[in-house]
Amino acid sequence: MAMLNMAKALNLALREALAENDKAIILGQDVGYDEGVFRITEGLLKQFGEERVVDFPVAESAIIGLAIGLCVTGYTPICEMQFSGFGYHGFHQIESHATRLRNRTRGRFTCPMVIRMPYGGGIRAIEHHSESRETIWAHLPGMKVVIPSGPRNARALLRASIQDPDPVMFYEPKASYRAFREEVPDEPETMEIGKAQVVREGNDVTIISYGASMRPVLEAAEELEEDHGIDAELIDLLSLVPLDRDTINASVRKTGRCVVVHEAPKHIGPAAEVVAGIVEDSLLYLEAPIERVTGYDLVLPFFNSELPFMPDVRKVISATQKVLSF
Amino acid sequence: MPRKKITLENTIDSLSILDEKGKVDKKLEPKLSKDDLLKLFRAMTLARRYDERMLKLQRQGRIGTYGPALGQEAASLGPAFAIDESDWYVPSFREPAGMLYRGWPMARLMLWWGGNEIGATPLPKMNDMPISVPVASQIQYGAGIAWGLKLDGGDRVAVAFVGDGGTSEGDFHEGLNCAAAFGLPLVVVIQNNHWAISLPRHKQSASKTLAQKAIAYGIDGIQTDGNDILAMVEATREAVAKARKGGGPTLIEAVTYRMGVHTTADDPTKYRKDEEVEPWKPKDPLVRFWKYISDKGVLDEAGREQMEKEVTAQISEAVEASESYEPNLMEPFDHCFAERTPALEQQRAQFEAYLNGNGNGKASGSAPVSHSAVH
Ligand SMILES: Cc1ncc(C[n+]2csc(CCOP(=O)(O)OP(=O)(O)O)c2C)c(N)n1
Ligand SMILES: [Mg+2]
Repeated sequence: MAMLNMAKALNLALREALAENDKAIILGQDVGYDEGVFRITEGLLKQFGEERVVDFPVAESAIIGLAIGLCVTGYTPICEMQFSGFGYHGFHQIESHATRLRNRTRGRFTCPMVIRMPYGGGIRAIEHHSESRETIWAHLPGMKVVIPSGPRNARALLRASIQDPDPVMFYEPKASYRAFREEVPDEPETMEIGKAQVVREGNDVTIISYGASMRPVLEAAEELEEDHGIDAELIDLLSLVPLDRDTINASVRKTGRCVVVHEAPKHIGPAAEVVAGIVEDSLLYLEAPIERVTGYDLVLPFFNSELPFMPDVRKVISATQKVLSF
Repeated sequence: MPRKKITLENTIDSLSILDEKGKVDKKLEPKLSKDDLLKLFRAMTLARRYDERMLKLQRQGRIGTYGPALGQEAASLGPAFAIDESDWYVPSFREPAGMLYRGWPMARLMLWWGGNEIGATPLPKMNDMPISVPVASQIQYGAGIAWGLKLDGGDRVAVAFVGDGGTSEGDFHEGLNCAAAFGLPLVVVIQNNHWAISLPRHKQSASKTLAQKAIAYGIDGIQTDGNDILAMVEATREAVAKARKGGGPTLIEAVTYRMGVHTTADDPTKYRKDEEVEPWKPKDPLVRFWKYISDKGVLDEAGREQMEKEVTAQISEAVEASESYEPNLMEPFDHCFAERTPALEQQRAQFEAYLNGNGNGKASGSAPVSHSAVH
């Protein structure tokens, strides 16, 4: 067991992948000699060489497009978009080919690629470096969307994503890269994609979130218990596609109340899908309308103003109180 | 059906007028009045000192991440000088020298790097697009601006900037190709500073020069000494004159060097040797231009000192103005659409309630802050 932050844990998963799978190739801007602008690929070029850890020209569409060709020829590309805000150049190749190659060739060709990109606000970054746009990717048929929240699940889920036979958008909460450390097992640990985790058991209300928003949610849960005697159950979705409706239903049926939290804009966001699922499966168990704590339907303001526009402890607490006082 | 050679016009010019010792090529020397030379020197000095101050402000935590343009002043200033106010200036993010020359209030540039949208807001009459972070994206809308200008029927032009790394993006290719196909009055300036964060120029593209990409589009390309302000002025003047007469776009590769970090979040020691930077030090655009204008008797040591004092005062004033700016937190709800949607109306009310309960009171319900301080 080692105490690692998320950046180091991701690095560990990548190192393991390159060692275990000699077809695995990391490609992205500045992933080699610079070791990634967030140092996620630290030491990898040194250990595995320029053919396995490839510094790419500034061309995101080419990173994805060439990765598709690598997939077709039997390789396992692990793509890095430097920031999620620059992943859109890759959108066309992802939507037009990566997510549908399996279907249109009836399984003859597949795209077992991973696309890693850091997302989210709160790190005082300049324009285009702070958005949460997971909804876009989660809407594409054929694309899995995995979003870790801590070092241990980041490592285990990245391993699983690299091993997955289909394209996986691995959306990394950059505000959590170095926020805290956690014990990460020495032996290669893999988590099943598509399973949410109940990270705190409770009986009064279910709070559902993922990624960077798990931190204010966890803090809010503690405060709710200490200051208000409210016993919240917390679910960390860990993946948006597939979405673990079983875990959600079991919890909501127990508590009858629910709050969903994310940084992404509200409109047609992940919370809307979660709530729709609850309404379809567990409506009659509900004892109060569900609350959403999300980003606003705005471009996240530049960093001097961004914080009040993001979910925080106070917003989660007041939404939870509202759900409980219904 | 024989196999034949297709002969292409495939040379590009390379232009250098003022060498690093400050010696000028008399035959190529552009016509510039004493006043012009002073203006250029002042603008370069201002940009240099601005950059230095911004790096300090960043270290003190008074702005966010900063991407300096140290040593690249001539490459963005020359084109700004060579166009008219009514023309359009379409920057990327390493053009503070040109942007300041074009009339951007320095405080606004500071506010952009300090995380405020007012920093991306040009003054009402400026024909200038704001700083653009998504690499090469500006070539596309720059071409669109040039198209609009062409449709207007006048003789105005647009100048758009990109880095050497940016030439790898589809946006660069698509924008230039369309501008060429439509014969648009667009000048594209590549600031080839030899690095795209950690990727050196030779790994970015197998092309011998970046200017030669023009040949494939069927337009003129020219490589200039990007640290030579005279060459930058002259090359842009030629390109602009041609565009004004309906001659279409030109690609200018300004060969310069990134003297410092990519941004303050970057550590170049990981990928670049100090020895590589050394030979570029004597090529500094300010040093040679100072030599040139002092030899010409345009400015003396005392005059320069006085200029430096004025520049320092101007920068301090801008720092003060930018730091007295308070964003109005309600404002984002006013600028998402011309009219708020019902959902945004509701979210705005919720946000206002949230701010009022927040206790920090920073901007809750306060009147919009006047922007006059940052003009
Ligand atoms: C589309 C896009 N991809 C990636 C980035 C991240 N990024 C910012 S600057 C940069 C390198 C750009 O190099 P170059 O075009 O040479 O400009 P320079 O920074 O050298 O001025 C990269 C990759 C970005 N801003 N936009
Ligand atoms: Mg560059």
